[in-house]
Amino acid sequence: MNRIKQKLQEDHKLLSIYFTAGFPNIDDTEKIIVDLEKSGVDFIEIGLPFSDPLADGPTIQESSTKALKNGMTTKKLFEQLDGIREKVEIPLIIMGYFNPILQYGVEDFCKKCQSVGIDGLIIPDLPVDVYHEKYQKLFEKYGLINVFLITPQTSDERIKFIDSVSDGFIYMVSSASVTGSTTGFGEETRKYFKRINDLQLKNPQIVGFGIKDSETFDQATEYAKGAIIGSAFIKYVDKNGVSDISSFVQNVKALT
Amino acid sequence: MSYQVDEKGYYGEFGGAYIPEMLYPNVEELRSRYLDIMKEESFQKEFKELLKEYVGRPTPLYYAKRFSEKYGTKVYLKREDLCHTGAHKVNNTIGQILMAQKLGKNRIIAETGAGQHGVATATVCALMGMECIVYMGEIDIDRQAPNVARMKMLGAKVVPAKSGSRTLKDATNEAIRDWINNPVDTHYIIGSVVGPHPYPDMVARFQSVISEEIKVQLKEKEGKEDPDYVVACVGGGSNAAGAYYHYLDNPEVGIIAVEAAGKGVDSGESAATSALGKMGIIHGSKTLLMQTGDGQITEPYSISAGLDYPGVGPMHANLFTSGRGEFISITDEDAMKAGLELAKLEGIIPAIETSHALAIFETRKFEKDDIVVVNLSGRGDKDLNTYIEYFSL
Repeated sequence: MNRIKQKLQEDHKLLSIYFTAGFPNIDDTEKIIVDLEKSGVDFIEIGLPFSDPLADGPTIQESSTKALKNGMTTKKLFEQLDGIREKVEIPLIIMGYFNPILQYGVEDFCKKCQSVGIDGLIIPDLPVDVYHEKYQKLFEKYGLINVFLITPQTSDERIKFIDSVSDGFIYMVSSASVTGSTTGFGEETRKYFKRINDLQLKNPQIVGFGIKDSETFDQATEYAKGAIIGSAFIKYVDKNGVSDISSFVQNVKALT
Repeated sequence: MSYQVDEKGYYGEFGGAYIPEMLYPNVEELRSRYLDIMKEESFQKEFKELLKEYVGRPTPLYYAKRFSEKYGTKVYLKREDLCHTGAHKVNNTIGQILMAQKLGKNRIIAETGAGQHGVATATVCALMGMECIVYMGEIDIDRQAPNVARMKMLGAKVVPAKSGSRTLKDATNEAIRDWINNPVDTHYIIGSVVGPHPYPDMVARFQSVISEEIKVQLKEKEGKEDPDYVVACVGGGSNAAGAYYHYLDNPEVGIIAVEAAGKGVDSGESAATSALGKMGIIHGSKTLLMQTGDGQITEPYSISAGLDYPGVGPMHANLFTSGRGEFISITDEDAMKAGLELAKLEGIIPAIETSHALAIFETRKFEKDDIVVVNLSGRGDKDLNTYIEYFSL
């Protein structure tokens, strides 16, 4: 069974951490993954850096620019991930924009993901209808779960379509924003969380965007299965390096 | 086979809407309504009236006698440089501001490179009394101070794009992010035939007034609607899309697209996307774009800021790969010479973008009886500093 699906069956709220591969240093990938698992994180999103990350705010964009300057490429990332399954069990998801994957070759990319032990993909600019029409069979062939985003503006009808195409979890964007731009959740956002909860979707939801500490984590997971931290972690490693990743994670998990 | 957009938003294999879900409601709202709105009588009436009374259309189709004599063929210039604000860009911004009103939006955002589209957007926002925010690369803000000042005079807020390479593509990224952050009240006026469907088609339709007029004007002058060739410069490709539009599916009319070779196609400093690009995704559209082998979008170069874009509209990508269009690239040097030549032969100082289209006559030979229409997309006032420096005037 796919490691993501297995994890989703566990009876507690899940914490996912995003990091940009190649940041702060080109060779930090393995250490970050190993330490995140040790610290008790539930799954990891590995950001494949892109020159023009439309859906991301300044923090992730800057980390991507730096990672590319450091020499990160798709090929390099796969080299770094080769053998990672001998070290960790944690579900691994690659989050990347569609163009680098298209240039690598979508099937080759999927095949490579399977061979290094990647469990799922998040490709924000691959729309659900294009995926459904052209790529779903391919992803499934290589055992990859594809994760779609929904936002407060996504209609119920479309959410139901996304739910029907998904087979893992749904990435629930907390607000109308790019990554890293919100400060806490207001009444409006909670109503949205509840609305989605009430739709009784077959896939659990993991909340992303705007989660940075234990308080926001708790708010986000009141109705959802888990939450994803990205920009706040990038800021942390930018400032503190990768030597003490566990204190960041402990800090988030303090209240849970 | 048609070279127009198909029902799904593709030109051949190019186009589509490769956008994050956060943009879907906005783009979908536009997609589902743009054609109906454009067909409304009240919309057409207002659009045409503004083009006539405010923009100054129809623009002349001018027979360039001395230029024609020099190159031994019949050259007509479609004078988009005479449009209000100095270029064809305003045809699109007039259309889109009316579209925004129909959609009930009250806040306008735009991206700009050299500032021409920013000025055209700020202009229509002033005209309609709407809030206007223009994203512009930090580097371009320094290079294009007069246009920044114009936008400010027109009441727009100019926001520097500080990410990435701090030029047009980053300004576009920032505008898209703004739209993600403001999904309800905001309309994004894209300046070229780029971006997710329906933008390439919508912008092409607004610019299609160019070829609509050419047909009528050429009929008056030559007794036939169709020239042998239509020539236009292509960055993103909006003036070209407008000039080709009504000729796309008429094989009797040759389509010539002129790209910026910069310092030479193989120099590493070029913007000749058809020669250097590969299929990929940029700003929500599948098209030809300049990128590394790893799929990272690279920074183009041209002396002309308006051609300095790493992609090309999906319509043009399809014209190129299908062979329907003939693509020529022109260096900075040849473009600058051609601009100076037009000034001396015809008393018209063209925008440097347009100068690229004029430069092809040195190498691309036409028959004596050929009728060649060149879309004179903009005037050279904005480029005076570049001309002054280049020729030590």
